Amino acid sequence: MTNTQKHTDFYDNEGKPAWKAWLTTTDHKRIGLLYFYSLTVFFLVGVLLGLMMRFELISPGKDLVEAQTYNGLFTLHGVIMIFLFVIPGIPAVFGNLTLPLLLGARDVAFPKLNLLSWYLYIGGAILALSTLLVGDGPPDTGWTFYAPYSVKTGTNVSMAVLSAFILGFSSILTGLNFLTTIHRMRCPGMTWFRMPLFAWALYATSWIQLLATPVVGITLLMIVVERWLGIGLFDPVLGGDPVLYQHLFWIYSHPAVYIMILPGMGVISEIIPTFSRRRIFGYKAIAYASLAIAFIGYFVWGHHMFTAGMSGPARIIFSVLTFLVAIPSAIKVFNWLATMYNGSIDLKPPMLYALGFIFLFLIGGLSGLVVGALATDVHLHDTYFVVGHFHYVMFGGTGFAFFAALHYWFPKIFGRMYNIKHATRAFWLLFTGFNVLYFPMLVLGIMGMPRRYYDYLPQFQIPNVISTVGSWITVAGLIYMIVVIVKGIRNGEKAAANPWNGLTLDWQTDSPPTKENFDVIPTVTERPYEYK
Amino acid sequence: MVEQKPHIVEYLTNIYVWIALATLTIITIWVSEFDLKLLTVTVALGVASIKATLVLMYFMHLRFDSKILTIMVLVTMIVFLSLIVFTFFDYSYRS
Ligand code: HEM
Ligand SMILES: [Cu+2]
Repeated sequence: MTNTQKHTDFYDNEGKPAWKAWLTTTDHKRIGLLYFYSLTVFFLVGVLLGLMMRFELISPGKDLVEAQTYNGLFTLHGVIMIFLFVIPGIPAVFGNLTLPLLLGARDVAFPKLNLLSWYLYIGGAILALSTLLVGDGPPDTGWTFYAPYSVKTGTNVSMAVLSAFILGFSSILTGLNFLTTIHRMRCPGMTWFRMPLFAWALYATSWIQLLATPVVGITLLMIVVERWLGIGLFDPVLGGDPVLYQHLFWIYSHPAVYIMILPGMGVISEIIPTFSRRRIFGYKAIAYASLAIAFIGYFVWGHHMFTAGMSGPARIIFSVLTFLVAIPSAIKVFNWLATMYNGSIDLKPPMLYALGFIFLFLIGGLSGLVVGALATDVHLHDTYFVVGHFHYVMFGGTGFAFFAALHYWFPKIFGRMYNIKHATRAFWLLFTGFNVLYFPMLVLGIMGMPRRYYDYLPQFQIPNVISTVGSWITVAGLIYMIVVIVKGIRNGEKAAANPWNGLTLDWQTDSPPTKENFDVIPTVTERPYEYK
Repeated sequence: MVEQKPHIVEYLTNIYVWIALATLTIITIWVSEFDLKLLTVTVALGVASIKATLVLMYFMHLRFDSKILTIMVLVTMIVFLSLIVFTFFDYSYRS
């Protein structure tokens, strides 16, 4: 390399062959990029499966695939999107890329463990995808693996479940790493309440990863034990209890939805003040709300089991507790709005995605209250209303926050800038397509169309056609966005170190940063976001 | 950065804890001779919890480390306990 610059950025392979330099790296930024590229691939596979399902549902009767294939499609779509995209999602990619930068540190606390997490992720992912190719066909249980069906079906459930088990370890180790990093690696002067809110969000998330994931790991192993050894844990025929499975599964999987959404909220809390040129409103309230959501989130899992034969008093208590989570979530939304009030708002792509997040998350959150209420859920459980609801939260919420983070930190990571005009257009296409795709699902659910079927009655056709057309617009928007991003990486204009005039530490270093992040470890003297 | 200060626990303390643990083990075995009905599990778990606490405090140095670590362990315990309580709350009302 003939580099005449004073210091080289973190893309420099230091004389090693590229594959080796990348696959053995312990640099948090490189590991973040490894996650970024692998997550993108799996996300696109998941989108493809979703597209096939929507195609099948364009009219009643068989259009594209058989019923059994459809069962495999929604299971793999769910497993991929949940375990390979939204759960690792923002922490693994943008947490890794930016947490040390935000804290003024040189790396995470355990760089080698960080690389191990990525290898576990890849191992789990390969196992999940190979259920397609080997054995008796992809699992057909839905991503929830409900017993006793998951114990009895002849499909490849054991393998899928083991892959989720391995992915769980990856998640736990990342959580452990970030917790230690936040406790031990903050730069001088960075007290807890001078930490950027994204770091706060990752902190709350890491606790959930650490404390909730082991529960699902053990539960999934119990399924394998029951399948292989015939020990009666969940199957009533063998003396087991299927409702116990649902308890154990949702003890993890409800907190897991906060693993998905909290980091997204953290990203939004970074973007809103930067593009409003305003100090964030209610810094402490947002920080505490993250912790409150994480904590209350442990005690609401029963809302997935209202119709599953849970006892009456338990149902009422879980419904009441569920409503409590709405409070800290609403606190955040109001604080973002108050931050924007009277600000000079700049509608660049990161801000557009952030506003898109708020809008879509609002629909997702409010429709969540509808299914969180005991009485209405009895009508809506297992209908398309639920499918609409969770896509608004997971795709409209976490997905859009992921895209917001990508457009926000893009110049920092790649040292270049994407084409703003085209990125803006891609946003509007994606945003429109999204609502055309998922809003009809909410309507279909209220009309009574059940989820997880490859067929439906003729009276449901019109909203289904609209939704399928929406899936095409959505995919067009995604492709447009990806083209803009790829072009930006390849030959976008060189970006300045701080193109958005951000005040957090990540913007006070080079773009792309050097291997060590900072020449001199910074000292912090005030809170973040002190825009004047 | 937080400085690591070495905390040397006296041999004697460790031996006392060891004797306490051994005694508690003997108690567990001895108690199992009696039929305590509903209390059987409570007593066994109670003694085990005391033992675990001793190990955490002395052998794993929680007593000598910064308070924040103790708080973390307690939060974890509380979450774990609540999960069990909520699950069994449902069961207690099912016929
Ligand atoms: C263009 C993108 C997408 C399309 C067209 C799509 C379509 C669908 C459809 C039609 C279903 C319902 C299947 C059924 O119940 O019969 C479904 C289920 C599901 N989707 Fe998506 N989806 C997309 C993106 C996403 C994303 C980004 C996520 C997560 C972040 C996601 C997570 C899920 C999950 C968890 C299920 C439930 C699977 C199950 O029932 O076990 N989807 N999707
Ligand atoms: Cu839930």
